[in-house]
Amino acid sequence: MAELAYREALNQALAEEMARDPRVFLMGEEVARYDGAYKVSKGLLDKFGSARVVDAPISELGFGGLGVGAAMAGLRPVIEMMTWNFAILAMDQIVNSAAKLRHMSGGQLRCPIVFRGPNGAGGRLSSQHSQALEANYAHFPGLKVIAPGTPADAKGLLKAAIRDENPVIFMEAELLYGLKGEVPDGELVIPIGKADVKREGSDVTIITWSRMLTACVLPAAEQLAAAGINAEVIDLRTIKPMDEEAVAASVKKTNRVVIVEEGWGYAGFGAHVADFIHRECFDDLDAPVARVTGLDVNMAYAENLERLIQPSVPRIVEAVNQVLYR
Amino acid sequence: MASTQQMLTMYRKMLLARRFEEKAGQAYGLKKIQGFCHLYIGQEAVVVGVNEALRESDWVMTGYRDHVHPLVRGADAGMLMAELYGRDGGYSKGKGGSMHFFDIEHGFYGGYGIVGGQIPLAAGMAFASKYRNEDRVTVCSFGDAAANQGAMHETFNMAVKWKLPVLYIVEQNKYGMGTDIARVSSVPDIHKRAPGWDMRGEAVDGMDVMAVYEKAKELVEWIRAGNGPVLLEAYTYRFRGHSMSDAATYRTKDEVEQEKQRDPILKLRKQLLDKKAATEAELDAIDDEEKAVVEKALAFADASPLPPDSDIWTHGLVEEGEADVKPRERVLGATDVKWPAFPTDFKVTWDLEPKGPPATPSTAKKGAA
Repeated sequence: MAELAYREALNQALAEEMARDPRVFLMGEEVARYDGAYKVSKGLLDKFGSARVVDAPISELGFGGLGVGAAMAGLRPVIEMMTWNFAILAMDQIVNSAAKLRHMSGGQLRCPIVFRGPNGAGGRLSSQHSQALEANYAHFPGLKVIAPGTPADAKGLLKAAIRDENPVIFMEAELLYGLKGEVPDGELVIPIGKADVKREGSDVTIITWSRMLTACVLPAAEQLAAAGINAEVIDLRTIKPMDEEAVAASVKKTNRVVIVEEGWGYAGFGAHVADFIHRECFDDLDAPVARVTGLDVNMAYAENLERLIQPSVPRIVEAVNQVLYR
Repeated sequence: MASTQQMLTMYRKMLLARRFEEKAGQAYGLKKIQGFCHLYIGQEAVVVGVNEALRESDWVMTGYRDHVHPLVRGADAGMLMAELYGRDGGYSKGKGGSMHFFDIEHGFYGGYGIVGGQIPLAAGMAFASKYRNEDRVTVCSFGDAAANQGAMHETFNMAVKWKLPVLYIVEQNKYGMGTDIARVSSVPDIHKRAPGWDMRGEAVDGMDVMAVYEKAKELVEWIRAGNGPVLLEAYTYRFRGHSMSDAATYRTKDEVEQEKQRDPILKLRKQLLDKKAATEAELDAIDDEEKAVVEKALAFADASPLPPDSDIWTHGLVEEGEADVKPRERVLGATDVKWPAFPTDFKVTWDLEPKGPPATPSTAKKGAA
């Protein structure tokens, strides 16, 4: 076991997959000579050369689509979006091309591509740079969506995403890049679509993914433990396809659920999780499912407002008390 | 110069295209084809002339006016018609329809329904060719109106910078749906924009298949030699409306009649007769043969069943170990299907950005001097 930062784990995943498979290349803004806006691609240009680590112009739609075309023609592109906020400019190519090629061609074509980059708030960046957008992509058939919350999951899932035969949306987080964690030595490939129990418990299930796991869910669980409440924490890791089995198993065990997501509540991904639980686990529930989400407003710059807009330990504790009728 | 044999081949292919589209239009009237349906009638010289200049291994893609591009590359006319009919025997099993033809066997990588969406994709396919050191050329067509999409600017910038082997063809038919291109474009002659990207831009009479062939041949050779992308504008005209639901009231009857005098099929017919390459009767016989091909295609489409209801769930994602579908094998039981086998083990030798001092904009250079 080595202790690695989230960005180092991603870097290892990229380096290992590029060494393993010449079809894999990385393209994006600042990925080569600058080593990546968040240093995820540090050193890769020297290792793999300028055709495999490509500095793109600021043309998200253009290089996003170029990546899709390269995937159609037998390569395995990893397209770095400096943030998912900017990927909105490339959304046409992601959803109208990548997600639909297999379908439109009646199974003649495949599009093995990874779009990756940071998602969610980065800290005092105001509204255009702080959006958690996973629900948008989860909505489209033809895409897989991954949002790992730890260095080990980031490495293992990025490797799986690169090896996948489909377009994969891989969401990191600016505030996670420095997060350190144990990463197993040797080959680490984590199957897409498998959730992970990050904390075992019996009184309530807290379901989350990505940065919320370490930012507020696990700290909230510790605080609850001190008050005698034993929370189980399910980290979905993959948004789509969702690990329904793992969710159902935990609900059966605890009978109470709180879903925590950084993104907006309105039509957020947590609404889908809640819908699944109400449809499939209704008889196991002792209380309506509660949600803690980003508030349905644009992100503010001011320190206090930014903090209040995001999910927090007190809001999670309050929601847990609510489902426990305390 | 094209040989007599090539001229006859092009004549045959233009007629196949024309007769196919005429019948597709009729089938639309009979509601056998529904949804959007954009006919290529009048523009045949562009696709046929370019295709004659390509190798089998080259790749082609276009927008939603896409029936003819795969047809002239050798796609099965019956299976194309069946796709228009939304039937199981179609290339995409009725999932794509008129706007989304795909025939990978013949190097046709798709019809795309978002205006200009294919432009970056073609650059990506050309990127893959260059990455693997293949001498393949990708040809990407789009209409004049697509040239006003940002995707074109973004792509041309990269394609030139990285010298990608791709031929972009503007099928300049003067109208983006109902809007005269000159009404909404500061530079309506699209090829004149090429110097802005330091790109080679050329123009050709898109109603003259011989001229298109000669120009395409020259440009494809130039691209294959590693010189980078080219923008070729083929001035053409669609004799029908934008789609089947367009009465085309934005242009006068006179204009359409005048353009019909430039019918590319009649022009080549005259050239063949003048050359005494064929007699009237021989040329008529070619027409009859292609009409028969299309009649057979209609019968095939009519006889093809609807896809099974369970097909709703297929071809969303590639499942573990799932193979690609080879349409002619699936539908016709063909055993001679050639399918791309992309290499998985190779050495990348391309240095996309050789190290050196960064390029300085010319204005800055002047300022320094």
